[in-house]
Amino acid sequence: MTALGGPDAPHRGGFAGLPDPRARRRREERASALRSTLVALLSTVVVFGAIAFVAVSSPGWPAVQASFFDGSIFASSLPDIASAFLVNIQLFLISEVLILVLALLLAVARSSTAPVLFPVRLMATIYVDVFRALPGVLVIYILGFGIPGLNLPGIPTDPFPYAVFALTLIYSAYVSEVYRAGIASVHPSQAAAARSLGLSQMQALRHVVLPQAIRRVVPPLLNDFIGLQKDTVLVSYIGVVEIFRQSQIIEAANFNFTPYLAVALVFLVVTIPLARLTDWLIAREARRGLGGSGRAAQAANALSRGGTAAP
Amino acid sequence: MTAAVSTGVPALRVEGVSKSFGALEVLRGINLDVAEHEVIALIGASGSGKSTLLRCINLLEPVDEGRILIGGEEITARRVNVDRIRRRVGIVFQSFNLFPHMRVIDNVTLAPRHVAKRPKAEAETDAMRLLERFGLADKAGQLPDRLSGGQQQRVAIVRALAMQPDLLLLDEVTSALDPELVAEVLSVIRELAAGGMTMLLATHEMGFARDIASRVCFLDAGRILEQGPPAQIFAEPREARTRQFLNRIIEAGRL
Repeated sequence: MTALGGPDAPHRGGFAGLPDPRARRRREERASALRSTLVALLSTVVVFGAIAFVAVSSPGWPAVQASFFDGSIFASSLPDIASAFLVNIQLFLISEVLILVLALLLAVARSSTAPVLFPVRLMATIYVDVFRALPGVLVIYILGFGIPGLNLPGIPTDPFPYAVFALTLIYSAYVSEVYRAGIASVHPSQAAAARSLGLSQMQALRHVVLPQAIRRVVPPLLNDFIGLQKDTVLVSYIGVVEIFRQSQIIEAANFNFTPYLAVALVFLVVTIPLARLTDWLIAREARRGLGGSGRAAQAANALSRGGTAAP
Repeated sequence: MTAAVSTGVPALRVEGVSKSFGALEVLRGINLDVAEHEVIALIGASGSGKSTLLRCINLLEPVDEGRILIGGEEITARRVNVDRIRRRVGIVFQSFNLFPHMRVIDNVTLAPRHVAKRPKAEAETDAMRLLERFGLADKAGQLPDRLSGGQQQRVAIVRALAMQPDLLLLDEVTSALDPELVAEVLSVIRELAAGGMTMLLATHEMGFARDIASRVCFLDAGRILEQGPPAQIFAEPREARTRQFLNRIIEAGRL
């Protein structure tokens, strides 16, 4: 350790007597940060002020104000809208569980390499291509109206199950791609190490590859959940009385658009925290990637000592 | 360890093994017999085929030509149960390849529990005994990230030993380590050799190879160009290529 500290000490001493350049650098950085904040603040006020001014001074403003910003309708519609949102939450939670399972099966199928599994791989690939290509609303329409239209005995007439079915089919395609990226990101040496211990391919996947893959894709998965949460309103088209459908009903009864604003508010309140959580997780993952792993730390160590560890 | 009853059947036999990656011929007719309790050091420049040979013996790479037999049983035959073979052959990699999401103890017990199907408590007791033997008992509950490179590599060796392999393959196990961490790993291998473990190790540590190996094989361009007891290989190599290689090593101050 003394050998390492040795060359450092006189180096520091060389600056003695001169004004500390680091303190000056810090002062300059602080001043420039303050300047940036002020500029950002000013430009925000100007931009949003201008938008508000244009909106409020426009000829149609009084009419828009009356039909979108009616306080009493807002207050009276909020309880109904909030309770209709429970349907969205149900849709979201049930679909989410099904999506996580189906998407994982798809991803594992597509990541398989055995020749005998080629048909499985092919089917999974076609599935993912088709459901990523189709607009979600279309899938919801076709399933929601088509299947009950078959008039088969014993199948439900309530649109809710079809809504769950459609959302699951659509989102599984996207989520399986997220899983697959995660599986691909686990270095092959991990699977090799597991196989060299005698684990079968499935055991290596289950105990070694998937746990690491899933941990890595939690942030992008959350991102897809945010999308799903919002897309639950799409099933209003097949007659599920959820938050958007409910607000349409209130709108039609009052000839007033304020309920939509209430819906928007509900989504903001629910979605923004989830979005922030996602960003936080991504940032944490990035930090870990930089300094967390043993090998990265070791490499950094070797570099800082002049890279003498080369074999 | 096991009673030294020589059955005459080599622990490992490699017969005319060739392996190419595309147009690149990595192994060109390797022949090698390893008796029980023998420690073979594979030396040679990078790219001479040392690692590939080890990966072939562990069936991580299929061979193109030739046969590999372990305890007289051909493992390169078609329809052989790959997973059952791998249980008998442990391998330790240059880059450790510990499972980063598992604690040390779980790394070690994974195969005993899920491959050998042993009860968790029993597997953990045995794992602790091994960890203790190599001075790692206090690390059992930690994640690999918290360990030094030398400790990680020792855990990787323990993980391979936990399946009680007949043969241990060591693929440049000290190459990724800081110099001051090499000794602790080498002392583990030395202890295994003293215990009678049959080992095949690819290494750049010539001093270590000289001390520990019962036989040294010099690989050059996919062939075993020369082999013999370490005293002969290091003191009076017959082949010009071997001399050239060893001279470079000596110049680099590594012998």
